[in-house]
Amino acid sequence: MQVSMTVNGEAVTRDIEPRVLLVHFIRENLGLTGTHWGCDTSNCGTCVVLMDGQPVKSCTVLAAMADGHDIRTVEGLVVGGALDPVQQGFMEEHGLQCGFCTPGMMLTARALLDRNPHPDDSEIRQAISGQICRCTGYATIVRSVQWAAAHPAVTDTAADGAGTGESNSEEVTA
Amino acid sequence: MTTTQEHAPNPAAGDPNRPIGFGRIQRKEDPRFVRGKGNYIDDIVLPGMLHGAILRAPVAHARLVSIDTTEALAHPKVRAVITGKDLQGLNLAWAPTLSADVQAVLVTDKVRFQGQEVAFVVAEDRYAARDALELIDVEYDVLPPLVDARRALDPGAPVIRDDIEGRTDNRIFDWEVGDAAETEAVFATADVVVAQEVVYPRVHPAPMETCGAVADFDPVDGRLTLYETTQAPHAHRTLYAIVAGIPEHKIRIVSPDIGGGFGNKVGIYPGYVLAVVGSIVTGKPVKWVEDRSENLMSTSFARDYIMQGEIAATKEGKILAVRTSVLADHGAFNATAQPTKNPAGFFSIFTGSYDLKAAYCKVTGVYTNKAPGGVAYACSFRVTEAVYLVERMVDVLARKLDMDPAELRLKNFIKPEQFPYANKTGWVYDSGNYEPAMRLSMQMAGYEDLRREQREKRGRGELMGIGVSFFTETVGAGPRKHFDIVGLGMADGAELRVHPTGKAVVRISVQSQGQGHETTFAQIVAEELGIPPESIDVVHGDTDQTPFGLGTYGSRSTPVSGGAVALVARKVRDKAKFIAAAMLEARPEDLEWEKGRWFVKGDPSVGKTITEIAFAAHGTVPLPDGIDGNLDAEVTYDPPNLTFPFGAYICVVDVDAGTGQVKVRRFIAVDDCGTRINPMIIEGQVHGGLTDGVGMALMEIIAFDEAGNCLSSSFMDYLIPTAMEVPDWETGFTVTPSPHHPIGAKGIGESATVGSPPAIVNAIVDALAPFGVTHMDMPCTPARVWEAMQGRARPPV
Repeated sequence: MQVSMTVNGEAVTRDIEPRVLLVHFIRENLGLTGTHWGCDTSNCGTCVVLMDGQPVKSCTVLAAMADGHDIRTVEGLVVGGALDPVQQGFMEEHGLQCGFCTPGMMLTARALLDRNPHPDDSEIRQAISGQICRCTGYATIVRSVQWAAAHPAVTDTAADGAGTGESNSEEVTA
Repeated sequence: MTTTQEHAPNPAAGDPNRPIGFGRIQRKEDPRFVRGKGNYIDDIVLPGMLHGAILRAPVAHARLVSIDTTEALAHPKVRAVITGKDLQGLNLAWAPTLSADVQAVLVTDKVRFQGQEVAFVVAEDRYAARDALELIDVEYDVLPPLVDARRALDPGAPVIRDDIEGRTDNRIFDWEVGDAAETEAVFATADVVVAQEVVYPRVHPAPMETCGAVADFDPVDGRLTLYETTQAPHAHRTLYAIVAGIPEHKIRIVSPDIGGGFGNKVGIYPGYVLAVVGSIVTGKPVKWVEDRSENLMSTSFARDYIMQGEIAATKEGKILAVRTSVLADHGAFNATAQPTKNPAGFFSIFTGSYDLKAAYCKVTGVYTNKAPGGVAYACSFRVTEAVYLVERMVDVLARKLDMDPAELRLKNFIKPEQFPYANKTGWVYDSGNYEPAMRLSMQMAGYEDLRREQREKRGRGELMGIGVSFFTETVGAGPRKHFDIVGLGMADGAELRVHPTGKAVVRISVQSQGQGHETTFAQIVAEELGIPPESIDVVHGDTDQTPFGLGTYGSRSTPVSGGAVALVARKVRDKAKFIAAAMLEARPEDLEWEKGRWFVKGDPSVGKTITEIAFAAHGTVPLPDGIDGNLDAEVTYDPPNLTFPFGAYICVVDVDAGTGQVKVRRFIAVDDCGTRINPMIIEGQVHGGLTDGVGMALMEIIAFDEAGNCLSSSFMDYLIPTAMEVPDWETGFTVTPSPHHPIGAKGIGESATVGSPPAIVNAIVDALAPFGVTHMDMPCTPARVWEAMQGRARPPV
């Protein structure tokens, strides 16, 4: 079957088997390997992407279900060559170690800050509670998101699933 | 948040003329990770690559009657189906383990645990490979399983390893250490003796990235390139040479970015070998990446120790001796990854942080119908089990004596002047200063106030507990004369090249799974040579590009490779002195070093920077005899002893009297890992380990039913803490440098995993004191806590 969607601001269309999971579509059909896979049961959240601005576990979404929707992956966090404040925050506050859960954590954080620019620590913990990090113990992730909240990008007000950079267009269409 | 962690950068950081060495800097690896540009095993795609999938046994113990692969082979996208019989033809059906046993790569005779590898399909895509698994028809003759390790040595128990000639029972080894008679004499005359069974249940490291491999065998030149999730690429290369008969110079192991290891990625798994076989058979690269259930059911578990603990003391609370006998469940194959002479790892460090008169332990390892493995999950070669036992026993003793547990520990610590301290089981602790760490943790916690609050709450029927643990870690193996893995001595190499423009590349034998090696090791070179860390690349994880060494586990990267890197940098510095002397037309002995340059003693204005020296090394300056025209060096570091980090942890819990739900309200961790290279990374290592501790203490267990079915085969059932179950960690530190390590560093990767479970369990038992509870085993789930409150505490296995 044919599916069409917007990924990081670029329109993509592919022929796929109907059973293909969105995570595999993103990783293997589009070659965007920043989205990871970590469990079979929708528990770990390493596969989180934003669908129409909302975090979804892409291992539990068929690519066909994303047809016509707007997808944003970690590769779409960089806008106009500049890191998203969330990305900067994770580096500033040691919010990552092995880096495997990091893309999903950052996308959830981005979605949180888009609807709540000044969350308290418990709101951040709640937001990432569907995702597992085995390395950091979460406190530094909370600090990373707080760093991002304290350093909003000028373009943040416009940031949503569609607001993505040119720098990634080649990867999507390649 | 409360933290006494140092956040101040290195004082040199702000001065462009004084490049940074040690101190808090951002990680050099992070820019690629935050952009989604890491390169993990499943990100690797090679031209023409095929995908493998493993058919696994649905039962724990069964004779293999037949396998029919006809339908699977007929699948249009299937390129190969490999069975145990095929491997027998290649002499690859069984592979040696890291513990002098053998493990089936694919079942040939008998299934020995649920999830064991039965057949391997290679297909054009991962979906097709999975589809084809459904088309393989296997007939099993089910046998009675042995699930309960306590029954493994019963006369009628099923013999699991009938593949080993002459074997008539399930005993793997009996191992003892310490003086049994001396210990018995102390116990016989002690005022107070308490005994307690302490179970450390089977758990799993469960890194977020599962295990996998991409094998690429070139039939023309016989060269194997194997991308693998491995923490020990060089050791793997040698083992593949031995197992597969491929000459070692034709094997290249690449360990790319690793999504967490925690010991899960030390061993060689059948899936890796099968990817290699698949590539040889099909002539194409073959990728195999396990799913989460495969990871939890078949790769290296951890712990599974049933420990009978005894502790003897005077009535005043002077601890005299500890003794234990342990039943160790090793699963169906003895595949623990640990030094050859240490079948129970470093468990004999169970004497803890205390000055004792005697100690004795005996460990019996047994086979059961469960997955193999056994040394993993940041266990420091079973220091985790040792610390848990002694710290639980000290608390049991404190209750018996009606003493405060912190006070009892303070009374019994090895004193600073006793170091280096030889304990009763053969270890020599390099250094320690325990009391200040304990006092600092109590001060940070507000220990007296907490006890007051607890008394008030008890008066109101509320359940609050305060748990203390004090641990001594044992990390950084070698020395190579004492410690080896399958005969390979536990030393590590480092090579350093300073390019003509003063930029450097350091190549190390250990591999990062998230610990930040690219930053930490650059900082060590920076500290020694004065080259800024951003001008130093750290190369690791590729056997073609790095010197030989035993890899990352047992918190050994900084103690061993860190020593190697410091020494190789000093070798370069020493060489630079001769070159600088030639440049300055001075005598080498007249030069003095400051970070980044050699200068003439008494005339600091006359000197040469390391960058100037590097250019000259490759330039036209006549060099002294014996000095090569480069600024490179290499070393292999064989540590003279292990290092012994330590820490004092205090945990505060609230227990819901109605449901048994435990809430970890506060956790105070004071760690001493000697010299601190990057405090930010150290704090991160501690936080991660503390979270492991919460997981093991409250929720994690790999459980089995009576038929040997694994009940914890997904993240639906194997629970891992989320951000909701852990508090905002409160960390502090003291610094007691290792006297023998080149920079005084000790290792930190596993300290918190070792030290936190007893603090949490001690807190829970303390909370349940009003119910007369003196012990309960992990995991302290609401149901199990509630049972303990009803006087029905029971072991998990």
